[in-house]
Amino acid sequence: MQVIAENKNGILVLLTEGRVDGSNAPEFQEALKDAVGEDARTVVLDFEKLSYISSAGLRVILMFAKQMRRENISFAACSLIASVKDIFAISGFDKIIPIHASQKEALAALG
Amino acid sequence: MDKNPHKILVVDDEPDLQPLMLQRMRRSIRSGKYTFVFAENGLEALNRLRDEQDIDMVVSDINMPRMDGLTLLDQISQMDPNIRSVIISAYGDMKNIRTAMNRGAFDFITKPVDFEDLQITIDRTLEHMTRWREALASRDKLVTLQNELDIARKMQRAILPTEFPRKPGYRIFGDMEPARNVGGDFFDVIPLGQGRIGLAIADVSDKGVPAALFMMSTRTWLKGAAVGCERPADTLREVNDMLCEKNDAMMFVTLLYGIYDPASGDFTYANAGHNSPVLVRPDESCEMLPLTDGVAIGVMPDMEYQQKTVTLAPGDILNFYTDGVTEAMNEQQEPFGEERLFDILKAAVSEGPEEITRKIFAGLKDFAGSAPQSDDITCLTLCRPAN
Repeated sequence: MQVIAENKNGILVLLTEGRVDGSNAPEFQEALKDAVGEDARTVVLDFEKLSYISSAGLRVILMFAKQMRRENISFAACSLIASVKDIFAISGFDKIIPIHASQKEALAALG
Repeated sequence: MDKNPHKILVVDDEPDLQPLMLQRMRRSIRSGKYTFVFAENGLEALNRLRDEQDIDMVVSDINMPRMDGLTLLDQISQMDPNIRSVIISAYGDMKNIRTAMNRGAFDFITKPVDFEDLQITIDRTLEHMTRWREALASRDKLVTLQNELDIARKMQRAILPTEFPRKPGYRIFGDMEPARNVGGDFFDVIPLGQGRIGLAIADVSDKGVPAALFMMSTRTWLKGAAVGCERPADTLREVNDMLCEKNDAMMFVTLLYGIYDPASGDFTYANAGHNSPVLVRPDESCEMLPLTDGVAIGVMPDMEYQQKTVTLAPGDILNFYTDGVTEAMNEQQEPFGEERLFDILKAAVSEGPEEITRKIFAGLKDFAGSAPQSDDITCLTLCRPAN
């Protein structure tokens, strides 16, 4: 698992690659925290290359979402592969986190 | 358990309870498992707790002269937070049950007292307390993470039902195989009024002792809400609001809860983010129950939940599971998946719930080969017997 940060016109895009489960959820949490830093105002979580996420990973997303709301940072997720989209749908997380089909749509919605 | 016998203080102002308790629990008393001491009200109970330092748990009525059970709970938690209390309440008295839980009651039973249920509740409470003491002791000694996980696993194991009601209208069996890194699955079978039964399966998002404790409170709140609410959707809303109140660790739990009515075969369920159960018919058709669109418990307060009803015909099977089943990996990193689960269920459709559950566990073991188990595996099966 790794998180790659990119700045696209002032929007921070975090590309997560690989699998997130109980064994690496703490690293995922650290990686997100490090990537967001101090001055981000808008964040997109791009999950195009996220192959699997367990409930431990969802918990990290939940903590991240709450932190974003607390700090008034707007954010969204995008580009979920079908199996990951199912995990978000079954757990109900698609109701608490805005999800877009592509990075382009996410950037347009937040920009 | 760590010591014998465990000393239990029973607090009730009804004079009948004392001889009845001694009579119904005589086997456990004779075998040296429990000893009982009695008090007639809260004040007398506190005096006994002060005089006798070795009381392990308290079973208390709520309405009593001089000092009631709820005040007693408050006093106990100030005196010794490690004593566990079980409250005896009127059936469906949600208000008092809630207050009791907020004041630290570990569990409750309802009137009229079913002594079999009481014994199971006492055993679970004592088992939990033993594990809790171990956890405290190991915190003190700063033992390794592995030991802590081991304790969490035992705490988890201690709250699962091991005996299942055997009724003409239904058969139930459930089991859980914990992973090395405890995930926090649990299931429960809750007897409700009019022969109905509440069934729950759940998966906590974290691991270790904090997840085990979160699981305990989820189970307790669920049991409380289940006897207090008629509708599973309201039960989930209640549990969610309670767990969101004190959820600084931001854990969450996916939870499916439903009520089975053997008279009609109706299963009415609400789902908070859990995998859909599978309904298998005697003609070997399999379908997942429709989702009810709920968000996992503990994520956000004030969520509303929806419920749906499915009717089990004679010979139908309903199988509940956690994602530890479908997401179990083999040596080639392929997931077990729903199709393999369906195949096992179809092949076992004429068997009882215990055989079905065992076959799923055996199928998973064969499939995984030498691949490590990364998540808890839990299965609960309900069968409506064929006529």
